[in-house]
Amino acid sequence: MSWLPIAMLAVPLVGAAVLLLPGFAGRTPRRYGLAVSGVTLVLAVGLAATFDYGHAARIQFETDLSWIPGLALRFHLGVDGVSLPLIVLTALLTFLCFVLLAGRPPRRPRALVFTLLVLETGMIGTFLALDLLLFFVFFEVVLVPMYFVIAVWGGPGRRAAAVKFILYTLLGSAVMLLGLLVVWAQAGTLDMVALAHGHTIARSAQIVAFLAIGLGLAVKAPMWPLHTWLPDAHTEAPTVGSVLLAGVLLKMGTYGFARIAIPILPEGAAALAPWLGAFGVIGIVYGSLACLAQRDLKRMIAYSSVGHMGFVLLGFATLTPVGVNAALFGNVAHGLITGLLFFIAGAVKDRYGTADMTRLGGGMLSRLPYIGSLLTFACVASLGLPGLAGFWGEMLALFGAFRPAAELSRPLFLVFMVIGGVGTVLTAAYFLRMLSRVTHGSPVVPEGPPVTSAEEVREVLGGEGPVEPVATGTVVAAVAAVAAPGAPGVPGLGGLGEPPERRDVTAYELAAWVPLVVLILIFGLWPKALLAITTPAVQAILRGVGA
Amino acid sequence: MIVLAALAVLLPFTGAAAGLLGSRFPRRRTPARTARRRAAWFAVVPVAGAAVAAAWLAGWQATGGGEAAAWPVRIETGSVPISVGLQAGGLAALVGVLVTVVALAVQVYSVGYMRDDPRYPSYSSFISLFTSAMLLVVYAGDLIVLYVGWEIMGLCSYLLIGHWWEDRANSRAAVKAFLVTRLGDVGFLFGIFTLGLSAGSFRIDDILAADLPKGTLVAATMLLLAGVAGKSAQVPLHTWLPDAMAGPTPISALIHAATMVAAGIFVVARLYPAFLAAQPTLDVLGVIAAVGMLGAALAALAQDDLKRVLAYSTISQLALMAGALAAGSEHAAIFHLVTHGAFKALLFLCAGVVIHHVESNLMSHMGGLRSTLPVTFWTMTIGFAALAGLPPASGFFSKDAVIAAIERAHGPAQPFLYGCALVTVGVTGAYAARAWLRTFFGSPRTVVLPHAGDHGGGHRRVPRSMLWPVVLLAVPALGLGFAGVRDLDAGSAATSVVIALLGAGVVYALWRGAPELDPARMLGPFRTPCERAFYLDAVYDRLVARPVLRLARGVVRADDRVVDGAVRGSGRAAVGLSGLLRRAQNGNAQLYVTGVLAGVLLIAVAVVVLG
Repeated sequence: MSWLPIAMLAVPLVGAAVLLLPGFAGRTPRRYGLAVSGVTLVLAVGLAATFDYGHAARIQFETDLSWIPGLALRFHLGVDGVSLPLIVLTALLTFLCFVLLAGRPPRRPRALVFTLLVLETGMIGTFLALDLLLFFVFFEVVLVPMYFVIAVWGGPGRRAAAVKFILYTLLGSAVMLLGLLVVWAQAGTLDMVALAHGHTIARSAQIVAFLAIGLGLAVKAPMWPLHTWLPDAHTEAPTVGSVLLAGVLLKMGTYGFARIAIPILPEGAAALAPWLGAFGVIGIVYGSLACLAQRDLKRMIAYSSVGHMGFVLLGFATLTPVGVNAALFGNVAHGLITGLLFFIAGAVKDRYGTADMTRLGGGMLSRLPYIGSLLTFACVASLGLPGLAGFWGEMLALFGAFRPAAELSRPLFLVFMVIGGVGTVLTAAYFLRMLSRVTHGSPVVPEGPPVTSAEEVREVLGGEGPVEPVATGTVVAAVAAVAAPGAPGVPGLGGLGEPPERRDVTAYELAAWVPLVVLILIFGLWPKALLAITTPAVQAILRGVGA
Repeated sequence: MIVLAALAVLLPFTGAAAGLLGSRFPRRRTPARTARRRAAWFAVVPVAGAAVAAAWLAGWQATGGGEAAAWPVRIETGSVPISVGLQAGGLAALVGVLVTVVALAVQVYSVGYMRDDPRYPSYSSFISLFTSAMLLVVYAGDLIVLYVGWEIMGLCSYLLIGHWWEDRANSRAAVKAFLVTRLGDVGFLFGIFTLGLSAGSFRIDDILAADLPKGTLVAATMLLLAGVAGKSAQVPLHTWLPDAMAGPTPISALIHAATMVAAGIFVVARLYPAFLAAQPTLDVLGVIAAVGMLGAALAALAQDDLKRVLAYSTISQLALMAGALAAGSEHAAIFHLVTHGAFKALLFLCAGVVIHHVESNLMSHMGGLRSTLPVTFWTMTIGFAALAGLPPASGFFSKDAVIAAIERAHGPAQPFLYGCALVTVGVTGAYAARAWLRTFFGSPRTVVLPHAGDHGGGHRRVPRSMLWPVVLLAVPALGLGFAGVRDLDAGSAATSVVIALLGAGVVYALWRGAPELDPARMLGPFRTPCERAFYLDAVYDRLVARPVLRLARGVVRADDRVVDGAVRGSGRAAVGLSGLLRRAQNGNAQLYVTGVLAGVLLIAVAVVVLG
């Protein structure tokens, strides 16, 4: 019994509940969310500080209470080397989202803070849960607040994107639930620790269960070809939504492989790993190619997630310690890097009113030098440059594929490795192409409203339909000027001929981004910081494979 | 003593960090001049320290110090561990000195050359970062650590080629350089995997000591060769280097002539025992080198852009080193690597002075600069003499060592390689003479262009900080060869000098006949193919770049119509199906009762019939 995990769940939940008090109606303290998520982050850091790194494979901070005795369900929480980095990442990214929101208060702040805090509870719970059904409950809890984040605070096409997001992932969860029930029926327990320590499930049942659970997790991850909810959701979601979606929600899918699918169903994993690897590498190349022809910045980053998650899935598919290590490293690195990318893409969208690359023009490095440089940094990290966090996950995944577990076909995985290698070149190609288009060159005269976002323009216009900032030219600019009379650099009606001054990075944005930059550098230069935690845990995960 | 190597790696790294973060801090109260001065200090002092450390290390080694190594950290990966550590043998110590000395010269030179550039702090910081990465490659004792430095060099090359990113062409050149080298690096990484997994360690010593099967070695070295070809701009991955001349000239001197492009040669030499045990790889390397040295030399003969002449000559000279490696003499290759590093850096820095003065890269805008730029004339003459392999310049000795090694080699590719090498010597003499004559002799042809070359403005005086490094580099470019005077092979030396003079003589005769015409006209109908480097760029564009983009557009279309189409289709199907079901739920009570009655009737009939 340890109070830390429970406190980590309770703080955001109670924080959200307090917001429901009538006293908060209409006047939420500006930094309320910041404070609550800050406390959670402190708890997470405390968790990391008191974690016993000598026994990273052991479940620590365990809480095991009876929950629904009739069904033998238990409220079982705990932390080990696999979940610890993800818990800290979740707490950090949520906190940074609130930092950003503190600098740029959103519409309906009370509702957004409430939603995000519930979301945080669900995300942390998913990584803490050690009971299959409890895991499933938290897994589902996350969907609802994220649905609202997209549907209420999203862009013009938010309704359709939110509906697609929730229906698609719910369908995946339903399939996963079937798989969990197969495990329950076969093993008679839902306790992950007990299951991982050798409950013999028949091979055929393992394959069926792995297929069902894997499908559910693959939707979330997302694995090609189950990814199409992702680009829409990312493109329409507000910045904080995109960051948490890419930074944490996708990780829940891949975490499921490390926590449930592989350790509990080793034979099923061995049987289906070639398929997992195949879909993973298809995702790498497919996602990269899709990025190469994208016009929208946020959509491009969304597709890049498909590629990066392909590396993570390939790592799992090898069923080797090095491959699973790669997957866990890649998870954390992707959360940091893509989180940063979405933060920056959001900042760009705020300033230009669009994320369409052709309309962004170019010359961002001369117009917004800080944002342009940070965008360059994030892209370079994301394309897997050694010395930055993105490299180790990709490199070790390829290395894992070079010699997969004994029961897997080596020639097949060599083919996967080569395709993955080509994928790294394509990844570099689309990021550099984007940088070349957006940050290089000389700035052209911008079209459309310069400071206000399309979202605000839409509000002013009061319409629901998608707003084309460029379409109405000066009229929209005039509306924008009305919408934000005090905003700097709004040109008069005659002033559209010269590029307006835009504010470079704000203090709040910098505060939200710098921790990510620092962590990307630390994990890139010192991969041992993460590998030392995950390696022992990975050995434990793979105990059943090949046995 | 390994502390010195660590110091050499870390000093420029801290310099880079300080330059990037500290030059303009605090931003509001730091005028641009202060930032520049600060950045210059951050740039020059650490690399000077690194040069001292590298020289000390090399001196200690030369006086019998032996090899220094340290392995402070071991990273478990779940499979083969990564040993983070440095190791400095004789080869590493020598190349380390070359890198730091050229980097120091370039940093000092850049203070003057980039005097008017508003982004000087980031520029000099990236040079420092590059220096650090290159030294990491040189001193690395573990292949993964080496790979980290290897890729960071590539990044710095990308950032610095694209330093003047306002011009889209520079941006494109930077992207091309990164992608082409990255393509080779994938093979390089797989080669590292093969070696590491077979030997059970990524440490270079362990790999060289391990008794690996020949098949593994051939496969691994072939894969490594891909990375070497990319980084060292060898056929067929050489096309990025001429375009990389879009970067500032000091960058071309440091990265694209003296150091980074030589890293490929260095790595082969570092792992030479593995390559020697894999003869097929050496044969392939020989063919690549033979094709590359002659093709690039011919291309150099037809270029009008002075920097592109030097770029193609770099490809050709690197191929010469690769030829020496293929012929089995790593000693000759490294000798030529070092002298080439000195004289090619000198040539580029001189070219920078010329370009700074004339404000154009094109030789057709130059001419008669002998009297206006006397120091540059003499130093560049030394450089060209070394390039052409004329005594007593350093290139004469090292090129002789290479030619002699190739002459003595065996193997199926040897006659081809030797023939190409001799012809290349002649062509090198020709293009060196052409560049020298068209730049410094004849009548001044300068046309002031509205925007040409790197800067705006009229003829400019050359700052002193640019001349000092040039003069200093001229010393090793002239004298370094005497280190190899004892191994001089008189026969092959005489042959190559005669051939080089023959090439130069033909050009001189042509030029003498009509000084205002380009001697490249002697190529006749081959002139255009040579100028376009045999259309390889166009071929790659057709075969790789465009198909990939077409495929990408196809993927986006398919993603929308097929993959997402299925998802949307299932949604529509569900709605359609529920529309059908809705017919039954139309709220008409009569219909419901009729349905119930029909059901009862059916059941009754079924009971009667089946019962």
